[in-house]
Amino acid sequence: MSEKHGPRLSRRAWITTTSGVVAAGLIKTQADALRLDAQTAPLQTPDPTKVPGRFTSEVGRRAVGEQPRRLARAQALSSSAQSPLQDLMGIITPADLHFERHHAGIPEIAKGSHELLVHGMVDRPMVFRMSDIERYPRVSRLYFIECSGNGGSAYSRENMPTEITVQALDGLLSTSEWTGVPLSTILREVGVRSGASWLLAEGSDAAMMSRSVPLEKAMDDALLAFGQNGEAIRPEQGYPLRLMLPGWEGNAQVKWLRRIEVTDRPTMTREETSKYTDPLEGGTARQFSFLMDAKSTITFPTYPFVLPERGWWEITGLAWSGRGRITRVEVSTDGGARWADAVLQQPVLPKCTARFRHLWEWNGRETVILSRATDDTGYVQPTVQQLWEARGERTRYHFNHQRAWKVASDGAVTFGLGDLV
Amino acid sequence: MRPTAAAVTLAASWMLVGCAGPADAPGTPADESFADIAYALPEQAPRRFGFGAEASAARVARWDTDVKPDGEGLPAGKGTVAEGEVVFMTYCVACHGPTGTEGPNDVLVGSDPWEAWPGSVTVGGYWPYATTLYDYISRAMPQLTPGVLTPNQTYAVIAYILHRNGVVAADAEMDAQTLPAVIMPARDRFVVDDRQGGSQIR
Repeated sequence: MSEKHGPRLSRRAWITTTSGVVAAGLIKTQADALRLDAQTAPLQTPDPTKVPGRFTSEVGRRAVGEQPRRLARAQALSSSAQSPLQDLMGIITPADLHFERHHAGIPEIAKGSHELLVHGMVDRPMVFRMSDIERYPRVSRLYFIECSGNGGSAYSRENMPTEITVQALDGLLSTSEWTGVPLSTILREVGVRSGASWLLAEGSDAAMMSRSVPLEKAMDDALLAFGQNGEAIRPEQGYPLRLMLPGWEGNAQVKWLRRIEVTDRPTMTREETSKYTDPLEGGTARQFSFLMDAKSTITFPTYPFVLPERGWWEITGLAWSGRGRITRVEVSTDGGARWADAVLQQPVLPKCTARFRHLWEWNGRETVILSRATDDTGYVQPTVQQLWEARGERTRYHFNHQRAWKVASDGAVTFGLGDLV
Repeated sequence: MRPTAAAVTLAASWMLVGCAGPADAPGTPADESFADIAYALPEQAPRRFGFGAEASAARVARWDTDVKPDGEGLPAGKGTVAEGEVVFMTYCVACHGPTGTEGPNDVLVGSDPWEAWPGSVTVGGYWPYATTLYDYISRAMPQLTPGVLTPNQTYAVIAYILHRNGVVAADAEMDAQTLPAVIMPARDRFVVDDRQGGSQIR
């Protein structure tokens, strides 16, 4: 029991402290002091068994000691905020912690006056109010969304970080249960003309963010989503309506959606030409690289956590693939020499994060831990060397290579990929 | 046309991905509950529900402001490099710098990013279509007052930016005919996603 209680207290100290270095120091010095004294009853002031609790309320709140936070980057119109992956359990991201990426701030949109215009190569150009869209048959699905720039800070051979949190590294990843109307239903309503092959999706923000999307995807599993984790989608996620393209890069899943134009060619918007394209070796750039290949990342233990003692620890993390379902996650606790199958928490859903766990007895010696995912197309998450070889070292998006965390003999955890390259 | 060819290639690559399918044995309880990615309408669904309203041509035109690579959607108007310099120094200089290279926001002027990586991804070095400038500027620029530029001002500032990048001459004038005719230096740099699915790392 003592082994269990100590780490839990340590983890809390880490979560609630903004300076990782300070937190790590606290944990190390307090590790022994926090050891459970099983003979003394815990002190709670006031004693909750002697004081009646508060009444019911219309809106709940988090426990005072549990205040996970996004990592908000530069206070700018085009900016991002990352989900606190180290604080999250299971696969669902609380809606208020879903990562953010905006190109011109978050618009204030009144649902009652929001409209979706669908036109172009259709039999009947139509405009829909939200009350119209919500009346169509709905579906709910769990899908991840990931920014295709996620993980880019761990790709440069010369600049491999060590003191980086998993939130800062991979926090542009979130999972929600999304509710909406299949885009195919709306396209059926307007009647797509033969010869159409693309559409243009346009947002109602101050960048009028727009992306071209192939019609095949629109007719397959694209959603017009207005619900997120059981309630209306958050303004940061596109309220009142966003395009969902399951398994594809986040940028193409246009938020605050107000217009869809059915076309026979891509529009070549700025976001699909000068941005969100992948420079490759040999002087070319890959365009319309929507699909997110299989990936995994360990969320515990990660920097700045310090393992206070050797013994049993559960390594855990997330795995996901835009191609389909995760079929296997392997964990190595010896720098990649040997791999063991991690336990996959059910349900494992297509185009959704999967939670993996691996019980590990740390012997107190320095080592590097890694994870690698395999999906149902047979794709195995590559090493960074494999990605360098395939795409060059100058590419700008789609960084799905294996991550590594170094555990020092004093228990301090740092990002460890630099030790393997 | 190139975009059409690209679309065909892209469609073919998806079919490969789509055919891969789940490896799990079908018929397990998990599959019955969760494998249904594609959405089937209920059997009794009508051919059309009739929700929403038909949009008039005027209603469509009010929002249909994007510009395609062949120039479709470009409005009437024109602007010269000299006129564009005035627009740039009025509306753009604060974020992009006096020569389009100083920032603090995106560097607009430069040549080949491939030699100086991780150099700046500039209009001259990385933008494949000149029409994208019109599409983007008219929808999103200037950042604090998007949409404030007139078509003439927009054509002019595009002419200036293209000239600064060495793409058009100092006496160039941009309009709905000349802009789509501009061949950008990075035009042939771009290849449609050629990942083939399966175990290949690409």
